[in-house]
Amino acid sequence: MDGAAILDALRARFGAGVVEAHDHHGDHTAVVTRDALPGALAFCRDQPELAFDMLMDLTAVDYLKFPGREDGPRFEVVYHLYSVAHNHRVRIKTRVDEDDAVVTSAVPLWPIANWFEREVWDMFGVRFAGHPDPRRLLMYEEFVGHPLRKDYPIDRRQPLIGPAD
Amino acid sequence: MAETARREFMLGEGSGTGGGSQNLHVGMGPAHPAMHGIIRITTELDGETIVHADVEIGYLHRAFEKECEVGGYNNAIPYTDRLNYVSPLINNFGYASAIEKLLGIDVTERCKYIRVIMSEISRISDHLTCIGASAMELGAFTVFLYMIKAREFLWELIEDVTGARLTISYGRVGGVKADLPDGFAEKTAKAFKETREVLDEVHRLLTGNRIFMDRMIGVGALSREETIGYAITGPLLRAVGVPYDVRRASPYYVYDRLEWEVPTQKDGDNYARYLVRIAEMEQSMRIVEQALALIPGGPINVDFQGRPIDPAAYVDRGKQGKTEGLLLVPITLSPNLQGSERPAYDRVNAQDKRVVLPPKETTYGSIEGLMNHFMLIMEGFGIRPPQGEAYFAVEGANGELGFYVVSDGTDRPYRVRCRPPCLPPMAALHRMIEGEMIADLIPTFGSVNMIGGELDR
Repeated sequence: MDGAAILDALRARFGAGVVEAHDHHGDHTAVVTRDALPGALAFCRDQPELAFDMLMDLTAVDYLKFPGREDGPRFEVVYHLYSVAHNHRVRIKTRVDEDDAVVTSAVPLWPIANWFEREVWDMFGVRFAGHPDPRRLLMYEEFVGHPLRKDYPIDRRQPLIGPAD
Repeated sequence: MAETARREFMLGEGSGTGGGSQNLHVGMGPAHPAMHGIIRITTELDGETIVHADVEIGYLHRAFEKECEVGGYNNAIPYTDRLNYVSPLINNFGYASAIEKLLGIDVTERCKYIRVIMSEISRISDHLTCIGASAMELGAFTVFLYMIKAREFLWELIEDVTGARLTISYGRVGGVKADLPDGFAEKTAKAFKETREVLDEVHRLLTGNRIFMDRMIGVGALSREETIGYAITGPLLRAVGVPYDVRRASPYYVYDRLEWEVPTQKDGDNYARYLVRIAEMEQSMRIVEQALALIPGGPINVDFQGRPIDPAAYVDRGKQGKTEGLLLVPITLSPNLQGSERPAYDRVNAQDKRVVLPPKETTYGSIEGLMNHFMLIMEGFGIRPPQGEAYFAVEGANGELGFYVVSDGTDRPYRVRCRPPCLPPMAALHRMIEGEMIADLIPTFGSVNMIGGELDR
């Protein structure tokens, strides 16, 4: 199935749940609402002609300082899906606000989401509702803040062992 | 008292917390020699069997993605060297290609062939290291020494081309740093001949070796469904019989013009992974040999209209205003810069002034070149892709290495996400080792080929 047909299938199934769709640089992308996201991901995985059996990547982008999007929803959670059976790809995105940064966990669909979601929580502070093990992945538990947020200064240090005072 | 303690705690007859047999918690790493330095696995043991395991990563986290956001697009190239530091060239090209996709530019034919050749040489050296290290951890120290000897032949080739062995920084957005040096094809043929001899020796030492087979067959296996569910790619996925390879599934550069196979196995255990890696090295050598035969451009024939002069004298002439005909004069460059002379430069770099720095002769010899150089180097200028996002994946030595780049239209990437190929196998590692003996953890961990730089970024 080519990318345009995948996007059409998503639009046909979710209607207004698909906010936006594009194929910039050949990457077919659908932006869905947060409410439609769990359904859209399950649809992508279970529909036989889509059969996205691999969650290739899951990450987030902080749009706090992006020109023209400073006021919009702050985070975008990005899912890159791949189908081994059909050899096609799609990118699903959803937007969430800073004060309500929660997305439904995809762990029941793909076990790899466990670690990817832990990393997104660690780096961006986006929570995943229903995650079985919501710990940080790369940073240590005592770490304060979320380093890949745009308002986290790159030179802030949080040493675990500092000079004695 | 002593008798009570003996009965209650040692014989397990008491009713307190000490009663009965208890599972033992054993922590491995992060400072354990077989953990390659930087992984902590907390295991719960029943006897010698692992009941539960928790894998903890992040000890080598150095903010790769954050650092990428503060410099220009080409500034991230040295950081990508340090992702998978056993095959850094593949990271270089993967990152550069993601930016090229964002910019919508195409690199030259010769550059594509060079990228293929260098990627495959890196892949061989990565597999050599992986097999050598895991064989050493099973006691086959000879194999490790043989493999490192073979890797040395390949790293000499890499050193010839890039000027460095490990932190090569050879890729550039829009091209590569320099062309291949003279006599590269002959050197490669010689290195491959030696590598094949080593692989043959290793094959005879390991593949039918009773101890090796006993430790590897049926150990660390993962089912096909779970491997896909954990998004594991690369040799581990091909070891369960799924012929997925980015080079074949969505061909980039010139992989679709070359003849090669995707080796697969069925069992998904450590032995199958070993066989896949061994077979892939031969395929990589096939790819390099074909690419070297097909590469366009041929040897560099400098037009000696003027005598080659020393770069310092060249700059002096420019400063004195004696610029007439200066652009036509070839200069003798240091051997470290071999392949970056102007005729070679244009062959391996895209003809796009928005992206590619001009060759040094042009920078020093003409005002246009100098301006072009500054426009790319100055703060706030540089490479400025239009707003947008792109995901580009290459086949790294461990699987799909993807870069997801978001541009806000300035000269710095807004967000660079690296999809590390060895993170999914590490997420699934507890599934591979639970229910097996603690000693089997070592070959399984070795066959996953965890590379800390890439895993923790």
